[in-house]
Amino acid sequence: MNLDFSDDQKMLRDQARRFLDEKSPLKAARKILESDAPYDRALYKEIAELGWLGAAIPESYGGLGLGYLELCVIAEELGRAIAPVPVSSSIYLCAEAILRAGSEAQKQAYLPKLASGEIVGTLALAEKAGVPRPDRLETRLEGGKLTGRKIAVPDAGGADIAVVAARAGSGVSLALVDLKGPGVARESERSVDSTLKVGGLGFSGAKAEALGPSGEGWTLLQTVLTRAAVLYGFEQLGGADAALAMARAYALERYAFGRQIASFQAIKHKLADMYCLIELARSNAYYAAWALSSDAAELPLAAAALRVSASEAFDFASKENIQTHGGMGFTWEADPHLLLRRQVQLRHVIGSPRAWKERLVAELERRNAA
Amino acid sequence: MDFDDTPEEAAFRAEVKAFLAAKAPKYAEPWEGEETTRDDVYLKRARGWQAEKAAAGYAGITWPKEFGGRGGKPMEQVVFGQEEGKYDLPTQPFLIGLGMCMQTLMAHGTPDLIKEHVGPALRGEKIWCQLFSEPIAGSDLAGIKTRSERKGDEWIVNGQKVWNSGAHYADWGILVTRSDPSVPKHKGLTFFIVDMKSPGLEPRPIKQISGGAHFNEVYFTDVRIPDRQRLGAPGEGWKVALTTLMNERLAVTSFRDVSVDVPHLLRLARSIDLETGPAIENAAVREKIADFYVRSQGLKFTNYRTLTALSRGETPGPQSSIGKVVSAPKTQQIATLGMDLADMAGGLLDGDLAPLRAAFSQTFLSAPGTRIAGGTDEILRNIIAERVLGLPGDIRVDKDVPYKELPTGR
Ligand SMILES: Cc1cc2nc3c(=O)[nH]c(=O)nc-3n(C[C@H](O)[C@H](O)[C@H](O)COP(=O)(O)OP(=O)(O)OC[C@H]3O[C@@H](n4cnc5c(N)ncnc54)[C@H](O)[C@@H]3O)c2cc1C
Repeated sequence: MNLDFSDDQKMLRDQARRFLDEKSPLKAARKILESDAPYDRALYKEIAELGWLGAAIPESYGGLGLGYLELCVIAEELGRAIAPVPVSSSIYLCAEAILRAGSEAQKQAYLPKLASGEIVGTLALAEKAGVPRPDRLETRLEGGKLTGRKIAVPDAGGADIAVVAARAGSGVSLALVDLKGPGVARESERSVDSTLKVGGLGFSGAKAEALGPSGEGWTLLQTVLTRAAVLYGFEQLGGADAALAMARAYALERYAFGRQIASFQAIKHKLADMYCLIELARSNAYYAAWALSSDAAELPLAAAALRVSASEAFDFASKENIQTHGGMGFTWEADPHLLLRRQVQLRHVIGSPRAWKERLVAELERRNAA
Repeated sequence: MDFDDTPEEAAFRAEVKAFLAAKAPKYAEPWEGEETTRDDVYLKRARGWQAEKAAAGYAGITWPKEFGGRGGKPMEQVVFGQEEGKYDLPTQPFLIGLGMCMQTLMAHGTPDLIKEHVGPALRGEKIWCQLFSEPIAGSDLAGIKTRSERKGDEWIVNGQKVWNSGAHYADWGILVTRSDPSVPKHKGLTFFIVDMKSPGLEPRPIKQISGGAHFNEVYFTDVRIPDRQRLGAPGEGWKVALTTLMNERLAVTSFRDVSVDVPHLLRLARSIDLETGPAIENAAVREKIADFYVRSQGLKFTNYRTLTALSRGETPGPQSSIGKVVSAPKTQQIATLGMDLADMAGGLLDGDLAPLRAAFSQTFLSAPGTRIAGGTDEILRNIIAERVLGLPGDIRVDKDVPYKELPTGR
């Protein structure tokens, strides 16, 4: 029985934590929140130099080829630090899609640049509010040209390339688009978490190459989202842990009625409940990490369970952290809202927990039928 | 990461499997008719199974050899538990004795006492119970008042215990008493083991919500306990009791309780009809199933994390402290959902009419006890807050006050 990271992986996690602590990313996140910059370029560059972006990308494509467990521990720390960098869009989504679906030439062309941070990628799926469905997508890929409009695309403003889900013929295909080319319009969108900015992408005959076999886009997309859910889950776990730590520190420091507020049971029990949800999420996360790194048949179920568990933990912890801070927690100046915002972004970016609950039960039923 | 046994664990598992395949089926047969309600029938079978295990060296796997145990590793205990759990075996009557009482005895008893009692308990000859809670104090265990007074080589005990599981059939009990009411409450306690057949000691079963009567009130009228049955020094019973409580958190389950979890819920949801078709197709039901599933899986893998540490010979982290405070309310909520799905038949306890032989409604009636026994939800949250998160203890008004001057509300 071994449901734990190795000593090397733990060392990597500690290094990542120390590095991000030093770079003071809460301040970094706030800076991005209060500016129009799409992300913190200096921090991203340093992260790239540390090799984090390429942790799970094979060496033959310019990565370190360590593996997904290493990427998981990095993800947890990025989440803890609310790092304002497009690692998730570029690596969990875009690079992953290219790894799963791309031709050898596409992998050679894009992965080394994504791994080195030279370019940033993203993935565009949603077109309107509500759950995306393959038969309802309006973005089309025809004769190598893309037309349509995507919304709420993570890091749309900072990305250089995008994997786009589009209808092609009667099916769905994935298209790879250079966002700097003609026929692409970027639209800024306001969202709850502007430390990780989302945006719209309009395509009017933009040049695009197919990623993976035509008509198999939807299946490939589900694979990519499932795999990304594990990494997002680790970010959510790190964020939830940060919220508990912040609430704990404040509860010990703040006095009311002549005593530390941490001595009131209403506060103690709130924090104990946070701890329970976080430990449940952590356990689900470790299992999903195992499933991801070993390509286990359990991955779809494990990833959905983590997505649900980690979303719940971060939602509860980020809200109750604010509650623990009282009036101070509702201010722009104090940090708790940074976690609340990131929580919302991570909760919705690859589909809300409601949708993942549906996937989870569908997967249970599929297994039961088999 | 992997879920494989080490080679030694695998070898041990194979050995255990062979033993169970040969011996367990006889003790795991379904219960029929009267057997389902009669304690004596149940206990006979339970003692038989415990004796089989002891004879084969599988009782007290982690206990020292000199006390009659196997001297094995925690992981061997875990492996045995996993394999044993695959059969429906009557193990509950020994949980308190082996999980809590013997642990306390081995930590605080004299060599003679240990020698006398551990063997019979391991072999299923003697069943033990826990005589801690009283009408006046449960969570606040150090507030109990059952009085012990020393007379020469004996102690005379008077008072009343309550909620004592299995006390009506137990042979021996562990007992906390107040020996000195003039000092603050934690300082005046003395701990004993007591023969349940002692004159003046009288257990009376108490009927529970669920209709069964597995716990008791136990009266003490001039019960004489030889001083050699004292554990720890006079006045230092609290320290001894803490050993029991620490082990209790790991051992808690109620007597022969049915319990429902996600697989039961799935079976029900597939078989039951709602307005527009099977419940399993209803979005609200699916969401709830998913919520329960991630809790159950989270607990399972929390346990795996603990096992990982044990398997490496390390001390597990504090994560296992979430176990009961998550699982007990979850079980209660699953029971409620199952009953809701049965709609107008939701309240039925009749096994022929209520789904899954009334597993949901029966669990519904036992679940409140699980949230209380072995530390209430609230006490467990206090423990997580104080011991895991390092938050301050509650402000105490009872610390330096002599016990006899404390307000009791009575
Ligand atoms: C099925 C079952 C089996 C049991 N078996 C045994 C047994 O074998 N032996 C034995 O000795 N006892 C046994 N018990 C008793 C059990 O240990 C106690 O019931 C339990 O510790 C609670 O104590 P109490 O009943 O006195 O409730 P109280 O302590 O009076 O608690 C009442 C309420 O107040 C809350 N409360 C109390 N103190 C605090 C606090 N500091 N902070 C916040 N909330 C608080 C509790 O959480 C609870 O909600 C059993 C109980 C049950 C239900």
